[in-house]
Amino acid sequence: MAEALQRPRWLPAVGIDLVQVCDVQQALSQHGDVYLKRLYTSDEIEYSRRSASEMPRRLAARFAAKEATLKVLRPTGHWLDWRLIEVTRTEHGHCEIELHGAAAALADEQGIGALSVSFSHENDLAVAVVMGLRHRSEDRKS
Amino acid sequence: MNEKIRTILKEHGRLTVDANTIDDNADLYQAGMTSHSSVNVMLALEGGFDVEFPDRMLKRAVFESVAAIRAAIEELTAA
Repeated sequence: MAEALQRPRWLPAVGIDLVQVCDVQQALSQHGDVYLKRLYTSDEIEYSRRSASEMPRRLAARFAAKEATLKVLRPTGHWLDWRLIEVTRTEHGHCEIELHGAAAALADEQGIGALSVSFSHENDLAVAVVMGLRHRSEDRKS
Repeated sequence: MNEKIRTILKEHGRLTVDANTIDDNADLYQAGMTSHSSVNVMLALEGGFDVEFPDRMLKRAVFESVAAIRAAIEELTAA
């Protein structure tokens, strides 16, 4: 019984973001490589470019995932460089979030131990939900 | 400078109000600018004013109003 009343040691943290694919299409048309290289890693760009027709949608989903991850990480002050939050693909085609540099350090600092991402697309909209598990702060101090 | 900023906001900000008449201090995010469109605005400002926003200026407050954007551009062009 006492065990059942114990508080969980991990708390969920959720972020969600919605991006219009036409916004990404416009950014690609107007800013081209400058847009790509400012926001996406070389692997994200390479994967998105495999299909010209799918490219804006893939990029929109990835930008949504980066913003959703930021909502989980909750940086104060400055934004994080979007390229420090990368959407990677497993050999089976599932997507995962990989953090680099300052983004990884922020996750450590906040006790975020795991991240999971899910996407959906419909017509002109791409949505990403990122779930993180945050270690309780009192447990982290001990 | 304000006119150029407003033109960029009109073309890239996806505001739900007229960028030409929005108050200098009005919150652009409240006026419809999304996180993605703020990136488009940032890139258009860099091209339009031949500047590059350093990491320390990549924050919501820098792009939240016409006045804030003007202050940032003035700081970058004065350097």
